[in-house]
Amino acid sequence: MSAYEAIILTIITASTPLLLAAIGELVVERSGVLNLGIEGMMVMGAVCGFAASYVTGSPWLGVLAAVLAGVATSLLFGFLTQSLMTNQVATGLAITLLGLGLSGLIGSGFVGLPGVKLTSVSIPWLTDLPYVGRLVFGQDPLVYVSVILTLGVAYVLKHTRVGLIIRAVGQNHHSAHALGYRVIAVRYACIAFGGATSGLAGAYLSLVYTPQWIENMTAGRGWIALALVVFSTWLPARLAAGAYLFGGVWILGLYAQGMGIGIPSQLLSSLPYVATILALVIISTNRRLSVINTPASLGQGFVPDR
Amino acid sequence: MNKLLKAAAGIVLASALSVSAIAADKLKVGFIYIGPPGDHGWTYQHDQGRQAIDAHFGDKVETVFVENVPEGPDAERTITRLARQGAGLIFTTSFGYMDPTMNVAAKFPDVKFEHATGYKRSDNVSTYGARFYEGRYVIGQIAAQMSKSGVAGYIGSFPIPEVVRGINSFLLGAQTVNPDFKLKVIWVNSWFDPGREADAAKVLISQGADIITQHTDSTAAVQVAEEQGVSAFGQASDMAPFAPNALLTSIIDNWADYYIARTQAVLDGSWVSTDTFGGMDANMVEMARTLICQQLSKREPKLLLKLLKQVSYIRLLALFISKTVA
Repeated sequence: MSAYEAIILTIITASTPLLLAAIGELVVERSGVLNLGIEGMMVMGAVCGFAASYVTGSPWLGVLAAVLAGVATSLLFGFLTQSLMTNQVATGLAITLLGLGLSGLIGSGFVGLPGVKLTSVSIPWLTDLPYVGRLVFGQDPLVYVSVILTLGVAYVLKHTRVGLIIRAVGQNHHSAHALGYRVIAVRYACIAFGGATSGLAGAYLSLVYTPQWIENMTAGRGWIALALVVFSTWLPARLAAGAYLFGGVWILGLYAQGMGIGIPSQLLSSLPYVATILALVIISTNRRLSVINTPASLGQGFVPDR
Repeated sequence: MNKLLKAAAGIVLASALSVSAIAADKLKVGFIYIGPPGDHGWTYQHDQGRQAIDAHFGDKVETVFVENVPEGPDAERTITRLARQGAGLIFTTSFGYMDPTMNVAAKFPDVKFEHATGYKRSDNVSTYGARFYEGRYVIGQIAAQMSKSGVAGYIGSFPIPEVVRGINSFLLGAQTVNPDFKLKVIWVNSWFDPGREADAAKVLISQGADIITQHTDSTAAVQVAEEQGVSAFGQASDMAPFAPNALLTSIIDNWADYYIARTQAVLDGSWVSTDTFGGMDANMVEMARTLICQQLSKREPKLLLKLLKQVSYIRLLALFISKTVA
């Protein structure tokens, strides 16, 4: 494996959990709900995925369990914010704390056990191609899932009626309600989708990235995913670029350390965040472009007026 | 009415005194851990020491522990809570607990504190550490012998004296076998972050390192080494279950004897503030007897002879060999 292949593989592995969690959050925010509970859903997905795969021996059952755990946590968030009309920001933070604590409890019996790894895809002839073989045809299955999800979300949001309804609900929920669309049902569905992808991202961490369970495994990735959604101005293509930019700068910082360049490690650790902020500043210079995609009803609870 | 009240007060006082008399017999020993005991690394070994205390003293001693305590103000709060709950001896098992331990010790002069790997002491604060660098020297020599590319990767946590000492020992040991041996260091700025350690291990391997060693506490790095077919050294405890083929050996910190001795000192009333810095000769540092060690010693006795001849630290190596071959 050549050095450049190894670099790109490592970057893809580092960026995929961010991309998975963020693409779901993008859909949720496009429908007008601000979900700050991604971190909690991710870590619940991680622990349930690890537990299920350890108990059954099959990593795919672990992935399924992770998705279900993410959906369950997000539906709790959905119930609180959509049916009981609680403040979305506070509820999201509460779900994060709940997820972190509950996952620690569930996972306490699983700490220190070696996990079952989701093996990479291997297509007989294509994977052995010289430069692109492993990168394009030899990835983990979940990397392909993340790519398909990104393309799918981009297509659905822009070119289908379902996407139009979601965007309408996010832009102006009162108008959408007046037109007869079921705002709360649409938001529930989007929240469940967001929970599923967050669970999937968590499963990636505990089944592919480091096949073990440790408390607080997500290490703040949920918050990074949340920031990436805003960074991307709610466009899936920019989201993918942002996720890979973040992962790329992080891995290249480690490379610089390994090469012996005399930059302090603390500075290199901060580079991904600095790069993201810089990119955001550049995007924001064009005010029209950055504001145009903001869902106008983001974070506002919907109370149907008669 | 008055007589009844006096009788009641007498009963309450008597029972309180008897309860406190019972409580005074049982020594409460507290532990503050930086990570989870399941990390199979640093904290795992401290917890093994704690369990050794339980096993040795039985009913006379009660141990409690708090895990995942971050270094800083949280640590001070947690140590204070343990002291208030009646602990007579408290072990704080990370360098960063130094100032919090000194602060709490000043407020509780009757409680004894043992701070691992620190350098500040007072009347009721002791420090202790193990000469991990002896183990680092040995694994440096093994690394230089086993490495085909002549490059090793080192995953460092924080650039504190103890970690830098370990890195220097490793390189010095390696250079006695191969003077051109190169070492790449990546700082992850955390004692325990499996994601970052896995990333660092992958990066080091892709830059040509075929031996991975670490001063961080999780098993992620040895898992990556196993996956990519390079060799690795574990940290603080035997990480062989996570990397059966990749793991050459691990440095094991053995705290059990020291902990039992200090607890006995508190029970006897002979505890004084000391600084303990024991190495392989004090049995505080051991090398893991991994499968590969055993296979090597049977298959390649010449390798061990070569090591013996090239090393001036003969006593050290003889101890190492005696622990693997014996």
